[in-house]
Amino acid sequence: MRIRPTIGAALLAAATAALALPLTAQESEFKAQITARQSQMRLYAFNISQLGAMAKGMVPYDAAAATAAANNIATLTRLNAAAMWPAGSDNFSTEGTRALPELWDNMADVQQKGMALAKAADAMAAVAGNGLDEMRAAMGPLGGACGACHKAYRQPQ
Amino acid sequence: MRRRLRRGAALGTALLAGIAAAALLLTRPERAPADAMAGLTGDATRGARIFDAAGCAGCHMAPDAPEGDPQARLRLAGGQAFPSPFGTFRAPNISPDPKAGIGRWSALDLYNALHFGTSPEGRHYYPAFPYTTYVNASRQDVADLYAYLMTLPPDPTPSRPHDVAFPFNIRAGLGLWKALFLRPGWVVTGPLSAEQERGRYLAEALGHCGECHTPRNALGGLRRDAWLAGAPVPGGRGRFPNITPARLDWGQADLVEYFTTGFTPEYDSAGGHMAVVIENLSLLPRADRAALAAYLKAVKPVP
Repeated sequence: MRIRPTIGAALLAAATAALALPLTAQESEFKAQITARQSQMRLYAFNISQLGAMAKGMVPYDAAAATAAANNIATLTRLNAAAMWPAGSDNFSTEGTRALPELWDNMADVQQKGMALAKAADAMAAVAGNGLDEMRAAMGPLGGACGACHKAYRQPQ
Repeated sequence: MRRRLRRGAALGTALLAGIAAAALLLTRPERAPADAMAGLTGDATRGARIFDAAGCAGCHMAPDAPEGDPQARLRLAGGQAFPSPFGTFRAPNISPDPKAGIGRWSALDLYNALHFGTSPEGRHYYPAFPYTTYVNASRQDVADLYAYLMTLPPDPTPSRPHDVAFPFNIRAGLGLWKALFLRPGWVVTGPLSAEQERGRYLAEALGHCGECHTPRNALGGLRRDAWLAGAPVPGGRGRFPNITPARLDWGQADLVEYFTTGFTPEYDSAGGHMAVVIENLSLLPRADRAALAAYLKAVKPVP
């Protein structure tokens, strides 16, 4: 049992943990692993933002750029991430993460959700170059696959 | 002297019992007239949209419903637990199973449940079931929802009891709670566009955003003066965010994207129960998600 952070630090960590590197008073022994997996999440977010900007009409649709971003997302799902998620690097045992301990109790389900994400990413990569409407339609399942894991295994802010 | 005292005590007790009886009588479960739903024909296709907008599956689908299976969310076996300061509530089976679910209900029974929080046996439901929102739903929408619910697969799983301690386990007391907090009417008033009015209906009659995002008073009533201003997560850590314009500065397109895919403007994705809410919202017509976004812009800013 580690010393609980102050409420302020917890709020700050919660506010920044999703995408930014967390600032906590105490460094986790799993800082490298947590940084690595959060970096992978940031790469997801960056590439999805390329598609999202087109889906929202903030930038004109560009088939080549959409395909490149979608391929990156599909590639990211292929990383072997096992070493980034060591036992004990959950948010009850260490700092700077919102990953719930349940994630480690349900590895089969986590892997299944990971496979579902890869499938949704492949579906996006297959249609991202086919025009705005097809790309937009693939955004929902992709977001759903991201959310499936966040719903079950990430501490809400 | 002693005799007079005793008589006084007896009179006092009788008086208190009388007041209690009167209070219970006045706050007993209310029901609509028997012909309230007469002449209305439910349309199951429209009802599916009501079902998604009201988020029924979010609470009533089984806790172990497999991910990504569109049929799984339609098996309304119940069983999900909802912790609160008053105890843990468990969503009941509302599949059309005649024994375990609502298969023997009439459309009027559903109306009484949604509108008055009253069961077909004439008992109070706990307000974990958001009838303070559904009280604003139209009769036609209830008729359509009823028609749709009856098309869903029956499930024989018995409902599990709530885990609520004394004194909150005395359901008669809920009559008083309802007298204080259950009333029809809109929170957001004033000049609204047609789109914002549609959004208000989705949020305040069906979608029950306020159940999580609005703070509660000591009795568990929603503080309408701080509508959608954020609240602590009951039985958990963290807070449901303030989604009034004072804090939520996302643009219309950002909100619609969030309701469609769960992606925030930073391309984080929704988690927790909000991910379930998005699963429901994403099934609505795009115009409904746009209406909901427009409504949020009309909510009173609360810092």
